[in-house]
Amino acid sequence: MVEMRMRDALREALREEMTRDPKIFLMGEDIGAYGGSYAVTKGLLEEFGEHRVRDTPIAESGIIGAGIGAAMGGLRPMVELMTINFSLLALDQIVNSAAKLYYMSNGQINVPMVVRMASGGGSQLAATHSHSLEGLYAHFPGIKVVCPSNPADAKGLLKRAFRDDNTVIFIEHTANYGTKGDVPDDPDYLVEFGEANVLREGTDVTIVGYSGSVHQAMRAANMLAEQEGLSAEVIDLRTLRPLDIETVITSVKKTNRAVIVEDDWKFGGFAGELSAQIMERAFDWLDAPVARVCGKDVPMPYNRNLEFAALPSEEDVVEAVLAMM
Amino acid sequence: MAIEVTMPQMGADMTEGTLVRWVKQVGEEVTRGEILAEIETDKATVELEAFESGVLRKHVVSEGETVPVGQVIAILGTTGEAIAEEHPRIPAAEVASRKIVDAGAGVAGAPVLAVGAPTGTAPGEPSTDGAGRLRISPVARRIAHEANLDPAALRGSGPDGRILRRDVEAAVRAVETRPAAGPAVAAAPAATMAPVTPVAAPRLTAAGAVQPLSKMRQAIARRMTLSKLTQPHYYLTLDVDMTAAMAFREQLNASADDAHRVSVNDLVVKACALALQRHPKFNAEFTDEGLRTHDEINVDIGIALDEGLIAPAILHCGDKTLGRIALESKDLVARAKSGHLRAEEYSAGTFTITNLGAYGVEMLIGIINPPQAAILGVGSVMAQPVVRDGEVVVAQVMKVALSADHRVSDGAEGARFIKEIQGFLENPVSLAL
Repeated sequence: MVEMRMRDALREALREEMTRDPKIFLMGEDIGAYGGSYAVTKGLLEEFGEHRVRDTPIAESGIIGAGIGAAMGGLRPMVELMTINFSLLALDQIVNSAAKLYYMSNGQINVPMVVRMASGGGSQLAATHSHSLEGLYAHFPGIKVVCPSNPADAKGLLKRAFRDDNTVIFIEHTANYGTKGDVPDDPDYLVEFGEANVLREGTDVTIVGYSGSVHQAMRAANMLAEQEGLSAEVIDLRTLRPLDIETVITSVKKTNRAVIVEDDWKFGGFAGELSAQIMERAFDWLDAPVARVCGKDVPMPYNRNLEFAALPSEEDVVEAVLAMM
Repeated sequence: MAIEVTMPQMGADMTEGTLVRWVKQVGEEVTRGEILAEIETDKATVELEAFESGVLRKHVVSEGETVPVGQVIAILGTTGEAIAEEHPRIPAAEVASRKIVDAGAGVAGAPVLAVGAPTGTAPGEPSTDGAGRLRISPVARRIAHEANLDPAALRGSGPDGRILRRDVEAAVRAVETRPAAGPAVAAAPAATMAPVTPVAAPRLTAAGAVQPLSKMRQAIARRMTLSKLTQPHYYLTLDVDMTAAMAFREQLNASADDAHRVSVNDLVVKACALALQRHPKFNAEFTDEGLRTHDEINVDIGIALDEGLIAPAILHCGDKTLGRIALESKDLVARAKSGHLRAEEYSAGTFTITNLGAYGVEMLIGIINPPQAAILGVGSVMAQPVVRDGEVVVAQVMKVALSADHRVSDGAEGARFIKEIQGFLENPVSLAL
């Protein structure tokens, strides 16, 4: 175990995987000479050379398209997009090509590509750099959606992504890059997809989060224990596709209450999907309607106070829990 | 026009009745007020009077059949008039749902009080929405169903009065921790559920046969459990010097025939009726809407039967003389023992006296007969040494105990009430007025 920040854990995963598999190469805006907007790829250009660490023009659709072509041709590309908001420029390539080729070619062609992108607010990057669109990608069949909340999971999941034969959308919350945690240094350390993590056991309510919202969930659980004497179970989904609904259902059957926390907008979002699945699978175990604590229904404000007001807080989670007791 | 005669509801918790015997046969003339049939409820056998005159055209229900309240049991009409061939049966499910609606609407006497709900946290409103649908969480509904508990009898502690898992589990625990009353409480609501589910097996660890409970036993268990779970009792006891009252009674009975003989209990009934006029809080009923005080004073007297216990009322005691009370109480006991009480007599009581003096019991502390506000327990009249004017003398002493609902009254009020009863009994001339 080595303590490191999430950005360093991601870099370790890239370095180990590039060393293991010569077919892996990196593409993206400012990932080489600059070391990446969030310094994830810092030093990799020097270590692996510009053949395997390529700076690209500002052309998201083009670089994702190049990645798909490389993957179809037998390579293992990783494409970094600066933010999830910018990934919308490449949405056609991701949804209409990467997610569908295996199906449309009757299994003859697959696209083993890892697309990393930064997501989430809280850093005053305003409405075009701060959104959380994990749920959007989870909507499409044919791609996997991974969203780690801590350094160890980030490393294990990213290494696992490179060993998947499908396109993996790997989404990193900007607020988590600096988060420290113990990370295994075993080069074979992997975190399997579709395995949610019960971060804290409890009996009164299940709080489900992923990526950045896991931290609000954990802080809320501490507040509930200290101030209200309530015992909250906290689940980190880790991957939205595949979704480990079993762990959520098992927990809800024990606690009879569920609160879902996510930074994304509530309307039509992933929390709605999860809420529906809980209702379908655990209706007769519910003591209250499933609650969703989500981002406010506005584009992300730039002003610091307004930005905090637009994001779900631990106080919002506590309030939602108390309302269902 | 044909008139439908239906199974009447005699008493708040009656959901079904058994037609024991048809007194009037098809084709017979019936005058309003005449007895049509005998009906058995879980408390007694009662006579069903005709509310209209006509010719009895049809028995819809046969002797021995048990049917839900509201079911058409007979048709009255005129000779030759066409009547319907079929009379729809009320399915058991509908009985259950009507019960829920009743509970939700807070109808007088409906079982709105929770069995085992945490009273401290219970919000004021019933657990239904405006349309009468029960507000209960899915998990609570499932557990209640598995435990054979009628959720309509529960009070929800959740948001907007929703019945939650903890409410049902508390009720289940309450049932389980009372082994004797448990199966009856669980069994009674089960009878109103559809489809009828098997009664939960009593949790007995020792080997031994389980006797099925009679309807009366079930009713006693249900009502006593309801009382102890929902009515916080407080108790006051004192000694009544009955020396003067016993002499007074001897005087009255010296010239009376058997029918007019006055019992000690008759004296207590009269004393309570007089005291209740001055302390209306003890002739009342706690409801969520407020305190309902009764205009009439109907004193229930507990009567032990071979199969259990019944407490029919001497009606309108406030207006009756001691002699009249004595006459009626004897008639009431006789009819209770033969199963011929009228519905009003066992549903209209407003206060109860329970007396085990005849058994030599020194003191009896009663359980309130819900939804009444108090009960007076009466012990035996015993010769005892007492100090009177500094001298030890022998007096006839009777211990009485007041059990009162603390939601309705407080101890000091109870003390004034029981002192009033004592006062009337110790100055018995007032009882003759």
